[in-house]
Amino acid sequence: MSSNDSTEWPLWEVFYQPKNGKPFEHAGSLHAPDAEMALLNARDTYARRNEGIAIWVVPSDQITASTPEDAGPFFDPANEKPYRHPQFYSVPRAVKKRS
Amino acid sequence: MNTEQELKQFQERIDNGEKIEPKDAMPERYRKQLIRMMSQHAHSEIVGMLPEGNWITRAPSLKRKMVLLAKVQDEAGHGLYLYSATETLGARRQDLVEDYLYGSAKYSSIFNYPTLTYADICVIGWLVDGAAIVNQTMLAKSSYGPYARANLRICKEESFHKKQGYEMLAKMASGTPEQQKMAQDAVNRWWWPTLMMFGPHDSDSPNSAELIRWGVKTKTNDELRVHFVDRMVMEAEAIGITLPDPDLRYNEETGHWDFGLIPWDEFWSVVKGDGPMNRERIRARRHAYEEGAWVREAATEYARKQRLRAEKAS
Repeated sequence: MSSNDSTEWPLWEVFYQPKNGKPFEHAGSLHAPDAEMALLNARDTYARRNEGIAIWVVPSDQITASTPEDAGPFFDPANEKPYRHPQFYSVPRAVKKRS
Repeated sequence: MNTEQELKQFQERIDNGEKIEPKDAMPERYRKQLIRMMSQHAHSEIVGMLPEGNWITRAPSLKRKMVLLAKVQDEAGHGLYLYSATETLGARRQDLVEDYLYGSAKYSSIFNYPTLTYADICVIGWLVDGAAIVNQTMLAKSSYGPYARANLRICKEESFHKKQGYEMLAKMASGTPEQQKMAQDAVNRWWWPTLMMFGPHDSDSPNSAELIRWGVKTKTNDELRVHFVDRMVMEAEAIGITLPDPDLRYNEETGHWDFGLIPWDEFWSVVKGDGPMNRERIRARRHAYEEGAWVREAATEYARKQRLRAEKAS
């Protein structure tokens, strides 16, 4: 019995917050029929050892991502603005020592 | 991406130690090799639940039962990390699973051996998971980002698997004469199949050179095997277990332990499907997949109905 029809559950991306106060990070993905099951599966798959204190699940097809091919022009504008970094500015020597 | 120029650029990224991510350009062959290797790895984790699951109901104590349950659940988790990493390459989960249930995809031959006594559970933790750690520690540095990350997660959990096995074996090896005999017998049966887990010798491993050039692997089968034997010789001695190889000798020149000839005929016959448990394993996996179909369908249908109800209410 080979069922090659598409009875596969949808794909979800899993994010968890490792500790209170930390940002969420991507853990991986999983299949689940609905959001509630996705949360339960995410706990059993990615948080068996308290890896997270909170979990987000998002349908994978709802994520819009930048593409590697356009990474150059896409991130270029940031390269031309060194004045956004504190190293761009000089500080009197006397003040520098104290910081 | 298959022009000479593109291949060269790809190789440069690899040589610079960059990680390749799912949407990056990659040679078709790199993608194919990864799908083959990663799905094989995933199938192995799933099949790997069977030999140990066999003993859950007969664990010698409640503590050991809880430990074994947690370990077998981890193996399921490892399979899932790896399947989801493989899917980032554009493979469909269902196709991967069905290619091994009904097609030609392989899994590690080690799981085609039977678990005859509880000592086998000790030895699987110590030797089989010990070998898996050596392999997966290397794969955690793999050039393909999702595969490296999946292996890193696996390694963190695998050390518990090995330690619980080693601890149990040590206990058994210092137990009654019957227990000692059981422990030694299990080691005798698992030692050579474990050495085969690293795959054929480098000279007989057609995929190795390419996988290393592309940074999917960073060490050869033989390098990993030697590293493993060195460590196991020490650990066996510490608990009074004898490794069943009369040719095992420390080599002053290389600084490693030399070992006897691995029975490769047995390896190839198990790979080809004639190991003691090949048929039983595939039968059990097909049974689980087919008998579980209604659960998957019911959950899909339930989700559909919930969605309809929510739409109606709004």
